[in-house]
Amino acid sequence: MAALLQAQALEAFYGDAQALFGIDFQLDAGELVAIIGANGAGKSTFLKCLTGLVRVQIDSVRWKGKPVGGMAPGKIVREGLAMVPEGRRLFASLSVEENLLMGARAQRKGPWNLDRLYRMFPILGEKRSLASTSLSGGQQQMVAIGRALMSNPEVLLCDELSLGLAPIVIREIYSAMPAITAEGMTVVIVEQDVTMARRVSQRLYCFQEGRVSLHGASGDLTREQISLAYFGL
Amino acid sequence: METILQGILLGGLYGLFALGLSLMFGVMRLTNTAHGDFIVLGAFCSLTLVALGLSPWMALVATLPLAWVVGYVVQHVILNATLGKDPLPSLVVTFGLSIVTQNLLLQIYSADPRSIDTGGFSTMGWSVTEGLSIGVLPLMILALAVAATGGLQWLFNHTAIGRSFRAVSDDREIAELMGLNARTVCALATALAFVLVGLAGTLQAMRTTVAPSDGPLLLLFAFEAVIIGGMGSFWGTLAGALLLGVTQQVGFRLDPGWGIWGGHLMFLIVLVLRPQGLFPKTRG
Repeated sequence: MAALLQAQALEAFYGDAQALFGIDFQLDAGELVAIIGANGAGKSTFLKCLTGLVRVQIDSVRWKGKPVGGMAPGKIVREGLAMVPEGRRLFASLSVEENLLMGARAQRKGPWNLDRLYRMFPILGEKRSLASTSLSGGQQQMVAIGRALMSNPEVLLCDELSLGLAPIVIREIYSAMPAITAEGMTVVIVEQDVTMARRVSQRLYCFQEGRVSLHGASGDLTREQISLAYFGL
Repeated sequence: METILQGILLGGLYGLFALGLSLMFGVMRLTNTAHGDFIVLGAFCSLTLVALGLSPWMALVATLPLAWVVGYVVQHVILNATLGKDPLPSLVVTFGLSIVTQNLLLQIYSADPRSIDTGGFSTMGWSVTEGLSIGVLPLMILALAVAATGGLQWLFNHTAIGRSFRAVSDDREIAELMGLNARTVCALATALAFVLVGLAGTLQAMRTTVAPSDGPLLLLFAFEAVIIGGMGSFWGTLAGALLLGVTQQVGFRLDPGWGIWGGHLMFLIVLVLRPQGLFPKTRG
C-alpha cells in the first residue's frame, strides 16, 4: 500500500536559488512525525512544497500514491492536507471566529467544527468576536491550529508552533496534541525545540542545508547523532 | 444652505464614482487608473442601448449585468496577471486600458458630448421651500450611493464572500491555503466594482453629458474622494465624496471657475494635514 504522503527526490527553488536538494520523506497514516533543523535548513520550504505554495515537479510529491506536486493549494487542502503556517499568519481584519470559518472553506466533512474547537480551547470561544490581532501569541497560535483543523484534514502540518512563545505557553499548546491525534489524525510538526520534538513524535527527520541529514525512530536516535545532523559538526 | 444641499447631492454621484475604486483598492491593492474611462464606457453602453430603443431605466438595468461580466473577464484575463508585490505593472496596464478605452470610444462615437434623454425626469424637482428646490434625479442618485455604501459595508462585514475579500486582502497566500481561489475572488471584486461603475456612468449620462475624454477627470474626482475619506472604508469614501461635492459647489458659488479648483484645493489640504484620510480603517 502506498504511503499517505510521500516526497521523492524533491527539489525546490526560489528563483535561481535552490532551497531543497532531493528530499525523501514518507508519512504513514496515524503517525506523528517531527522535522527538526537549524534556521534556513529548508523545513518551512518543504512544508510549502507539500501544500502547493512553492511549485515543484508533479511526481516529487505523492498523496496516497497520486502525484500532486505543484497542484494549487486550494486543491491540496481539499484532498485533506492542512497547514498551520509559520508565524501563524492570521487574517488581521477578520475576527477569531471568522478566521476559523475561513478554515472551513475547504468544505470537508469530519469531526471538527466551531463547537468542538471552543471546547478544546475555551478561551477562543470567549474571544470569538474579537479581532484576531488583539489576542496573545499563544491564543493566536490556537486560532491558527483551529483554522487548519476546521478543514477536517487527514494530515495536519504544523510549522514552528513554538515560535516566539513562552515555554509555559508552548507546553499548553502541545498539551492539545493528544486530543488532535486521538481520532487517527496524522501530524507533522516542524520544530526548532529538539527536546519537544523528540518527546512528542514517533519518527524524526533532521534537515540540514536543504537535505535530510538524519531520520529514524525518535526514541532510538541519540543526542550525539541529532547534534551531528543538526549542526553538521 | 442651497449650495451645501446641491453639494451633497453632487457628492452622492462622486460617491458612486469612488466606491468601485475603493473596492478594487481595498481587495487587491490595485489602483485602477482606467476607472474614469470605465465609467464613461458604462455611460456609452447605456447610451447605445437607449439608441437601440430601450427606455433609459431598462438600459440601466441591462448595463449592470453586462458590466459584471466585463469586470469579471477584465480581471481574470488581464489584471490578475499584473497583481503582485510590485504595484507598477497594474498601474501601467490600467493606464494602457485607459488610453485604449478612450480612443476606442472616440473612434466609435466621436468626441461629441452626449446624454441620456430621460424624458424630463432629470429636470424634475421638488420645491422644498420658496426658492429651494431639490432635483428628483440627484436625490435618487444620493439615495443609491448611500444604499450602495451600506450594502458594500454589510457585504464585507457579514457575508462569506466579504470574508473572502478581506482574507485575500490580508494575506493572499494563506487565503489560497484555505482553499480560496484568489484569482476568482479578485474577479468577483472587480465584477462588483464594474457594476457600480456601470451604475455611476449611466446616472452621470442622465444627469449631465458624457464625452469619451471625460474619463481622467472622473477618475480624479473618484480618487480625491477615496483619499479624503481614507483608504479601505466605504463610509469614509462616501463621506469624502460628499465633502468633495460640497467644496466644489461652494467654489462654484464664489466664482464659476473656482468649483473644481476648490475641490482639488480641499484634497491637497487633507493630504497635507491628514494623509491617512479623515476616516481610515473603519471597516471590519
